[in-house]
Amino acid sequence: MSLVLSQLINGLQSGSIYALIALGYSMVYGIILLLNFAHGDVIMVGAYISWLIMTQISNPILAITLAILACTILGMTIEKVAYAPLRSSPRLSLLITAIGISFLLENLAQLIFGAGAQNVPALISGPSLNIAGQHIGFTAMITIVVSVISMIALTFLIQKTKMGKAMRAVSEDMGTAQLMGINVNLTVSFTFAVGSALAGIGSVLYCCAYPQASPTMGAMLGLKAFVAAVLGGIGSIPGAMLGGFCIGIAEAAVSAIGLSVWKDGVVFAILIIVLIFKPTGILGKKINEKV
Amino acid sequence: MKKNSMIIPMPLRYLINIVLFAAFLYIGNTLISGGTISKYYSGVISSIGISIILAVSLNIATGYLGQLPLGHAGFMALGAYTSALIMKAAAGSLAVFPVALFAGGLVAAIFGLLIGIPALRLKGDYLAILTLGFGEIIRVVLLNIDNVLGFKLTNGAAGLQKIPKTTTFLITFICVGVTCFVIHTMMKSRHGRAILSIRENEIAAESCGINTTYYKTLGFVVSAFFAGVAGGLYAGNIGILNPSAFGFMKSIEILVMVVLGGMGSMLGSVVSASVLTALPELLRSFSTYRMVVYSLVLVVVMIFVPSGLMGTYDFSLNGLLDKLIIKLKGGKGGGGKAPLNEKEGNVNE
Repeated sequence: MSLVLSQLINGLQSGSIYALIALGYSMVYGIILLLNFAHGDVIMVGAYISWLIMTQISNPILAITLAILACTILGMTIEKVAYAPLRSSPRLSLLITAIGISFLLENLAQLIFGAGAQNVPALISGPSLNIAGQHIGFTAMITIVVSVISMIALTFLIQKTKMGKAMRAVSEDMGTAQLMGINVNLTVSFTFAVGSALAGIGSVLYCCAYPQASPTMGAMLGLKAFVAAVLGGIGSIPGAMLGGFCIGIAEAAVSAIGLSVWKDGVVFAILIIVLIFKPTGILGKKINEKV
Repeated sequence: MKKNSMIIPMPLRYLINIVLFAAFLYIGNTLISGGTISKYYSGVISSIGISIILAVSLNIATGYLGQLPLGHAGFMALGAYTSALIMKAAAGSLAVFPVALFAGGLVAAIFGLLIGIPALRLKGDYLAILTLGFGEIIRVVLLNIDNVLGFKLTNGAAGLQKIPKTTTFLITFICVGVTCFVIHTMMKSRHGRAILSIRENEIAAESCGINTTYYKTLGFVVSAFFAGVAGGLYAGNIGILNPSAFGFMKSIEILVMVVLGGMGSMLGSVVSASVLTALPELLRSFSTYRMVVYSLVLVVVMIFVPSGLMGTYDFSLNGLLDKLIIKLKGGKGGGGKAPLNEKEGNVNE
């Protein structure tokens, strides 16, 4: 029983990180219909920033703030430099550009920091909690709490603020939104900023759970978060959260029954099954194609 | 568009190409067996040939069909492992090698069919993700299948070793020739036109009565088959197989070749595959920056020339000869490109 519970908490911890990253994928897809493959690598950059500051200055608050800030700026820069010039070209070109940016970031990191993994010193520490004899780690608790708070804040931002309204309008119909006087470029930039900031939070939380930074860490993390976004229904925000938790718990369950080497395989098998039977995901809406 | 601009008759066209190709094979083979080209460089030349097959085969799905499969390395892995296991069982007998290559292609094609039927019902991005997931699953399975089977088949992370090195210049480039010929003729046939129409507009193609699912699957399976053959050649060229060689990275490398050359141009694929394979080998000091340059080039090409360096242009020797003859004769029947040269012109006829 206690094994089941502790695996459940593990699952929720990694699941909430996946959910935070999946939100970025989902928001960007919702607004410009692009699978932002570079999103996972933004997380990698965030992890390297925290590592750099922790080893140089060892100020956790500064490390966390700068990591999130750097991710936000990087996300907006990528959008302005690589995606904005291609907004009217075929989606295939945009997708290939995203893959190119992802590889560019990975290889630049490898060139600058070396191929090996760097150990990130502990960013946060605190007492662990005991609930009914069940031991819950401090980082697990913080991770789950922070991601739930971020998701509530994001929902508020999208549902209640003027910018959120603009984002919803642009994702519904870019052309019409522009005619209604919405600044589309600003809205898209803002979406990337929010998505990348969430990725920054995700990267800090990831570093707390698995204190390592390596050039390719973003690739698998990004792919799995992406699977979470697809599972929940891409373009849907509650869907991204639900998908993230599902993937996290599924991974923990596979590890618990002693098949941890098959973990990645299981995640992608879930993806394929979802895509075949319900391509729009659990909470996704069906979009009819106009001729 | 006039059809009679084809001055050299059809059989002669094939003959010219075959003779030139045979001469190329003969010269290459003599240089290598004579020792003018060292063993190292002949290995590089073979890997160029393998890259060409990979790029040209991916070009069917990306360039002609307009889809974006991201699991091409998975098919290559399937072909490589199948062919390597057969060759190990046959103790490197050269007579078995073509059979092993064919078997490798066949296994890849079967898996292409299995994944293609569900995958190709999806559109654009979803297809890309699904093939990506499939490629990753192949890698995970190759890595861990031994634990399930209980005996050593793929040898897990340590990889398959001591595979007979049977890939030669001659075999590789015969495969390159066959691949290019089969794909070229397929694209010129009725089936090829159907595939092109799907790229241009899937809904319009469907309303013209083209069975889009069938033709997409066909393109996908042919693409997977040749990737499998290339995998078999790769196994015979390198001698060691490791699942990590067939990750997402490899799929992207092949995609870069296709995109850079121009999606839908066989010549583009051939040229960029050759250059991108030869360059890092020839410039060893450049290899640390290779992937950075790769990705930069990919982004820059996409932003400035979204259709690739060659677009959909294809070179035809006979088309060139036709034009020459027309010029010499003083413009009789001139105008219009030679038919072999055309990718889209004939669709409108």
